[in-house]
Amino acid sequence: MADAALRRTVGLPTAAWLESPVPASRFILRGAAAARAAAGQGFGLPLPETACRAATDGNRAALWLGPDEQLLLAPDGEVDSIEAALARALQGHAHSLVDVSHRQVGIGIHGPHAEWLLEAQCPLPLNLRAFPVGMCTRTVFGKAEVVLWRPAEQVFRLEVWRSFATYVVELLREIERESAA
Amino acid sequence: MLLIQCPYCGPRPELEFAYAGQAHVARPADPSATTPDQWTEFLYLRNNTRGIHAERWRHVRGCARFFNALRDTTTDHFLATYRAGEPMPVLPMGQKP
Ligand SMILES: [Zn+2]
Repeated sequence: MADAALRRTVGLPTAAWLESPVPASRFILRGAAAARAAAGQGFGLPLPETACRAATDGNRAALWLGPDEQLLLAPDGEVDSIEAALARALQGHAHSLVDVSHRQVGIGIHGPHAEWLLEAQCPLPLNLRAFPVGMCTRTVFGKAEVVLWRPAEQVFRLEVWRSFATYVVELLREIERESAA
Repeated sequence: MLLIQCPYCGPRPELEFAYAGQAHVARPADPSATTPDQWTEFLYLRNNTRGIHAERWRHVRGCARFFNALRDTTTDHFLATYRAGEPMPVLPMGQKP
């Protein structure tokens, strides 16, 4: 947390540590184990079955959000093709697949201070032992619900519902400003 | 911050959770054969335990799943958490809600 001593020692990111939201194709998949396995085939990436872990392959990612809930991420413009592929793969499986591409925005935070900036308003410990590379989870940041994912040691990605995005970004900037004092 | 053991995610901060009332309150299996008194009991009457209470919680800002917990209402100590549908665990000291 942002105590005075830490502020002095940590120094501050002045460079571009904040990646502006990039459009993406996003789906929420709900289904039992058999449906998830089939969806993995259709998505081209076995969905993670371990709690709070993400699976990636190239520019696609699947994030474990709950025992029967996955967030699927892919580059912008692939909604239709993914939807078609998953519909084929999931035939005969009870499931729900919802396009949430425009419901939320992805915010990237990177650099040596990323972990520290996020810890200022996130109740989870984000050190590498507690929150290793590849971990993802829904949690809170300030007063906003977010999905937090750590694709690399100094890279975090926040998936935030669209109407909370400005709040989250401004809060991050405020943490930066306050710590600079 | 108080940590609560989510049966799916592991120990997580209290503020990710929501309380969801007493656990193991079963809806009457045969509604048409259920008397108004039985409905009243099902809908409104709850224990007001001083001590160990079986209750539902939801990891709403996490995996979003409901689960059950045994919590001591005098100390706020969680003795056990378990998945919905699982039987109430036997506590090591034999305590019961
Ligand atoms: Zn959980």
